Amino acid sequence: MRVNGLARRLPSIGTSQIVALLVILAANWIVSPQFFDIRMQDGRLFGSLIDVLNRGAPVALLSIGMVLVIAMRGIDLSVGAVMAICGAIAASLADSHALPVVLAAALGAGLACGLWNGFLVAVLGIQPIVATLILMVAGRGIAQLITEGRIVTFTSPDLAFLGGGSVLGLPTPVVLTLGMLVLTLLIVRGTALCLMIEATGGNPRAAALAGIGTKLITVAVYMWSGLCAALAGIVASADILGADANNAGLWLELDAILAVVIGGTSLFGGRFSIILAVVGALIIQAMNTGILLSGFPPETNLVVKAVVVLTVLLAQSPRLGGYFAGLPFNRPKP
Amino acid sequence: MQSPDPLAAPAATADPSPPLLDVAGFSKSFAGFVALDGVNFTLRHGEIHALLGENGAGKSTLIKAMTGVVQRDGGTLHLEGEEIAPRSAAEALKAGIATVYQEVNLAPNLSVAQNLFLGRQPTRFGLVREREMRRRAEALLYEFGLAIDVGAPLESYSVAIQHIVAIARAVDQSARVLILDEPTASLDAHEVEVLFAVMRQLTARGIGIVFVTHFLDQVYAVCDRITVLRNGRLAGTAPIAALPRIELVKLMLGRELSRATSARPMASAASVEPPVAVFEGYGKAGYVAPFDLSLHAGHVVGLAGLLGSGRTETVRLVFGAEKADCGTARAGEGAVAVGSPREAMRLGFGYCPEERKTEGIVAELSVRENIVLALQARRGPLRPLSRREQDEIAAKFIRLLDIRPPDPSRPIGLLSGGNQQKALLARWLATVPRLLILDEPTRGIDVGAHAEIIKLIRDLCAEGMAMLVVSSELEELVTYADEVVVLRDRAHVARLRGEEISVPSILAAIAEAPASAALPA
Repeated sequence: MRVNGLARRLPSIGTSQIVALLVILAANWIVSPQFFDIRMQDGRLFGSLIDVLNRGAPVALLSIGMVLVIAMRGIDLSVGAVMAICGAIAASLADSHALPVVLAAALGAGLACGLWNGFLVAVLGIQPIVATLILMVAGRGIAQLITEGRIVTFTSPDLAFLGGGSVLGLPTPVVLTLGMLVLTLLIVRGTALCLMIEATGGNPRAAALAGIGTKLITVAVYMWSGLCAALAGIVASADILGADANNAGLWLELDAILAVVIGGTSLFGGRFSIILAVVGALIIQAMNTGILLSGFPPETNLVVKAVVVLTVLLAQSPRLGGYFAGLPFNRPKP
Repeated sequence: MQSPDPLAAPAATADPSPPLLDVAGFSKSFAGFVALDGVNFTLRHGEIHALLGENGAGKSTLIKAMTGVVQRDGGTLHLEGEEIAPRSAAEALKAGIATVYQEVNLAPNLSVAQNLFLGRQPTRFGLVREREMRRRAEALLYEFGLAIDVGAPLESYSVAIQHIVAIARAVDQSARVLILDEPTASLDAHEVEVLFAVMRQLTARGIGIVFVTHFLDQVYAVCDRITVLRNGRLAGTAPIAALPRIELVKLMLGRELSRATSARPMASAASVEPPVAVFEGYGKAGYVAPFDLSLHAGHVVGLAGLLGSGRTETVRLVFGAEKADCGTARAGEGAVAVGSPREAMRLGFGYCPEERKTEGIVAELSVRENIVLALQARRGPLRPLSRREQDEIAAKFIRLLDIRPPDPSRPIGLLSGGNQQKALLARWLATVPRLLILDEPTRGIDVGAHAEIIKLIRDLCAEGMAMLVVSSELEELVTYADEVVVLRDRAHVARLRGEEISVPSILAAIAEAPASAALPA
């Protein structure tokens, strides 16, 4: 009974995502035999694998916030624009203010953006896709107002460290992402929020009637998504020593949504996995890196990405699973 | 059953010409569930025919089968003696059968005239003749006694006018049979009168109207004949004069007046105990009329009435799922506000809703998670129940209520209805409520679970919990209720206590004509 139950559960907890990541890494290794080479230089690790982690950090950060929003039956289209706003704030303040002030301002702006989204969704009852579309469009305009239409550059080594520095050999963006992941896991899994989010996403009316403060949690979740986007924006700005309001975080909201979906969280809300969403972000980045390394023209990137994503999603589909139900290791659900 | 004559089909003797609409032997099942079982139904020229029945009696299936929205499994349909077999609502309309639903199926943002002539606008050289269309719209509505600006968007008018526009559109498309599916549910008394006037006017033209409603007063106000469905079968057809209210209610609920009531438990002296909660003049406009209700420890108050009479509305107000707009609530010492389920929960209220699937269970979560949900909500997110505490609570209630299969990690959606209901009871029992509100606790569950849940209600009451129970199962209600409040047309109309409680007395109160009920407006 116990063993059978476990065997039935195994495929549902991340096997397909882990396998997909391993397959893509193996494919990368085939097209570029140096893929797994890692060397230490000036106290920092270098190599394609480290590059995947480093380049994947912004989308991974976004997906940490996005997975909570999607688990609540919501969606946050504004994260790319919020990245641009917060990156612009950080870059504008970097040379005139101390790092803590810069960070507080940028992260605070991210929280404020999330509060706005949460207010529209939870209090005014606007559909999430429309509510966050407002900031997706307006946010880039706000970012351009902050940079006054220019590309703002800065020289502050403190802020630059967040993009190009390293901690214990690992690039700072990777460490920041790990930190955010651990913090989010502690907050969500360490409290009853996990149960409340899953209940609200699974059946909002039942959750409200059970006495859960669904509105408050909705606002909090959008604010957390805003915070994650702010951090991603800071990292992106620190990386290029400047802020480009037109292009920072452009279309990354779609990558983040994709990462969450690849990570097995349903767009209809309910059960979610933060770690698998991050794995989803790494799958996307590993593909991007692999295509660059392979020497294929970068134009093929999007098509290959679409095929891989389709494969991963099909592997999770219960209906497709039904076609294999006759196989000996698959038992029909009682 | 009572004398058969009012229920016999009089069509053969009274009317030599074929009836306007003749439904014979309609059957329909959905995946093994029989929704219609050999139903006969006739509609004559110029009559208003009420189609009545409780939830799941088969009214909507019958209407959908007549209009081709669902394909029937068996039976024939004749319109003025001619056999027809519409395969869609559009075909039915072409044949002359139009349906107007409770939610008006028109485009609220278009003008009244555009709505009236949508898809059949008067054109010249392919261009819509706006002025001609408006003129014809005005002329059409004038026949219905409406003189309104037909250029204004439909949504700028009241629901009643929208209904009349929908009816006018249907009639103008040469409808001979008009089916009105609960058209009055969201209308006020004056609007209902306007609608009735229109209906009577249509019957004068020979149009037959099928009128689906939950309001018995309206049936007696406007209808000529009544057909009652119960559990997918024809329970009876009779002219209005031959079917007094009490007989009608019995037909709908399938009860026999002669049936003896089960033994009542001794009238408890619980009313001397201080009330757990008292509601005075509590109500919400257009939702349920103001009522007084006091709930005592160890005391079961039952709410009885037909579907749509305001029972569920009452308990939703009490639990704060809807906000009251008048009256006061007191719990314990002083006045309290019950504006949300959260506040109700903090006062020690618990609520198992009627709609288990949409408002009760979180289907993909486990039985354990569903059981601890309300308790966890009360503790707040920062004081999580440890996995061990959750397991202990779940195991305790699975054992106590005999939830099967006894596997706390199973998704609750895979359990049977009765076991889901028990798990929902467990969710609230885990919070140790002072007042437990149950809406149709035994609906849709098997007989065994029925008995268990009734026993549980009695046990909880004996332990000193206050209970408020909505139930259509009157035989069950009389066995455990200390007080029964009867509702009709969204108002509390009678209060039965102790010895007065019996199935006949409840039925009588439900059926009573409104004139004799002392009703504050």
